[in-house]
Amino acid sequence: MRLLLALAVAHIRGRARQTLVAGLGVALGVGFSIAMAALMQGSQDDFVRQLVDTMPHVEITDETRAPAPQPAEAAYDVVAFSNLRIVDDRRGIANPTAARARLEAWVPGTVAPALVTQGVARYAGRDAGVTVTGVEPEIEERASSVAGDFVQGGFRSLDAGGDNVVIGDGLAGKLGATLGDTVDIVSPSGLSRGFRVVGLFHTGARARDEGEVYMALRTARILAERPNVINRIRLRLEDPDAAPAIAARAEAGLGYKAVSWQEANEAILEALVIRNFIMYTVVAAILLVAGFGIFNIVSTITHEKARDIAILKSLGFAETDMRRLFLIEGLAIGGAGAVLGWAIGYGLCLALGSVRFEVPELGDATRLPLAWSPWHYAISSALALGAAGIAGYLPARRAARLNPVDIIRGAT
Amino acid sequence: MSPLIDARHLGRTLAATVPVTLVRDVSLSIEAREFVALTGPSGSGKSSLLYLLGLLDRPTAGTLAIAGQDTGRLDERARSELRLTTIGFVFQFHFLLPEFTARANVEIPMLRLGRLTRRAARARAEELLGGLGLAGHFDKLPEQLSGGQRQRVAVARALANDPPLVLADEPTGSLDSKSSEQVFAILRDLVRERGKTILAVTHDLGLAARMDRRLELIDGGLITDDRPGAPDPTPAPG
Repeated sequence: MRLLLALAVAHIRGRARQTLVAGLGVALGVGFSIAMAALMQGSQDDFVRQLVDTMPHVEITDETRAPAPQPAEAAYDVVAFSNLRIVDDRRGIANPTAARARLEAWVPGTVAPALVTQGVARYAGRDAGVTVTGVEPEIEERASSVAGDFVQGGFRSLDAGGDNVVIGDGLAGKLGATLGDTVDIVSPSGLSRGFRVVGLFHTGARARDEGEVYMALRTARILAERPNVINRIRLRLEDPDAAPAIAARAEAGLGYKAVSWQEANEAILEALVIRNFIMYTVVAAILLVAGFGIFNIVSTITHEKARDIAILKSLGFAETDMRRLFLIEGLAIGGAGAVLGWAIGYGLCLALGSVRFEVPELGDATRLPLAWSPWHYAISSALALGAAGIAGYLPARRAARLNPVDIIRGAT
Repeated sequence: MSPLIDARHLGRTLAATVPVTLVRDVSLSIEAREFVALTGPSGSGKSSLLYLLGLLDRPTAGTLAIAGQDTGRLDERARSELRLTTIGFVFQFHFLLPEFTARANVEIPMLRLGRLTRRAARARAEELLGGLGLAGHFDKLPEQLSGGQRQRVAVARALANDPPLVLADEPTGSLDSKSSEQVFAILRDLVRERGKTILAVTHDLGLAARMDRRLELIDGGLITDDRPGAPDPTPAPG
């Protein structure tokens, strides 16, 4: 093997400049692949992080996956029902205190109960439809991403005496209300109450800033006329990736529908998978092109060294030795290129990481999101070596089959 | 003991629209320690026969046993192995690897065979080269050596794995008369002093006359074998 290596090195050195070009082709391919992967992965991570941040990791609602069976179904063995009279269903999560306690016993993270209802906010003759969420301020502060988006006040401001509310700055603008004003909120059943605005938030998502209103769970229950009821339990987990498993367990334990953020955003995550597939296809294509450079140089060497091949065979080298020799040459060029490509990729990542974008709407500059992963280096160099192996093997096979007699005759 | 080379009705035909016969029904046997010349006019099939006997080419007819092994039954790998251990080649042109020094060129077959350590291979290469009057030229590249020196390096390489049989294809063909004489003397000494068997293709009848036995080919067929007691090589008519 060492002998074959020595022969391979001699061949490569004899074609230093061409070898360098082929190696550089691989290096650039690997380098750009790494930088591209870092950028794609980084932007994906960034996107998912934002996605995860703005929503509960698991949301348990007072619904079930399958529609609840009709009580009549349990009582009578029949085929179909008609003209059933609707009983006013008091919806909500049954035994909320017990349900909460059971979740808190094992969920790694925060369990935040809520009562969500619809309403209309009115102030000074203007009104706007809103989603009213009754929360426990102290828990909500830990569980909700909105907690970090307050411009004025916060969830804890809801704890002050009286009926208080925190609203988005978009809604405040729409209504013309500011901090300290009293806004009327009308419930679906027509009940109207005045609430003092004690906090304003700005999430950056317009639908939320214009349409969400938070108040204490206690006051929300009064407004909705549903004492002691909650219809949402939202979980904020220490590890968002554990959400599907935890959602499944919660659903099995409580019987209510529990939706993880992954399930809620399936379409987006699927799109990301497709995006990654496209990326790796492009990476493979780049490296395949780089492989042509290797094919070219190994081909050239086998032609140039036809006489050497004949000599080595006449000395007693077998076809497998010859195949190995040229395969080694291809892999050596590919391997050297890949290592150089790591450096190029790393350098490109550093360069991209230092680019700053000034977005006027946001005060501070943002940087390109880059993710560093050894996998990017491993995958791109594995693809490069694969391409180099194929590119070296094809001429190697031809060289091994070469009949030494043809060459020796040609020389005499 | 079986002869070193035992060829029976050996033939080699190139497949083509009009098949070309290079070697036609050659039967010969060569014993150990023979010094044999293979002569004939250009295109008579001398080299083709040599390549067949050296396992560089496969016959299309007949059988060939080398050192008692029926080569028709060997696969490519086994033939390479037999070539490596049993046969040394010297060509008209030196055919040294240009990137390697004289010593490294001689080491290559030994390292391929792998019976010697690197250190031992190096020592043997130097001993072989020294024995051929090349001490002091170990680290020279082929292009830094004269024609005669290169051919002597090639002889040293052929002897690297101590094969019993050395096949030479016009070994003196591209050398001046002084170098030619030197290389001839070396080959003769290999037979006389080291007990090698040498089969050398040559068109130099003067040189052939000084060897122990002469084979003559015409149109691919063996017409003369002056070995004492050899069977009449001329194929029976019809």
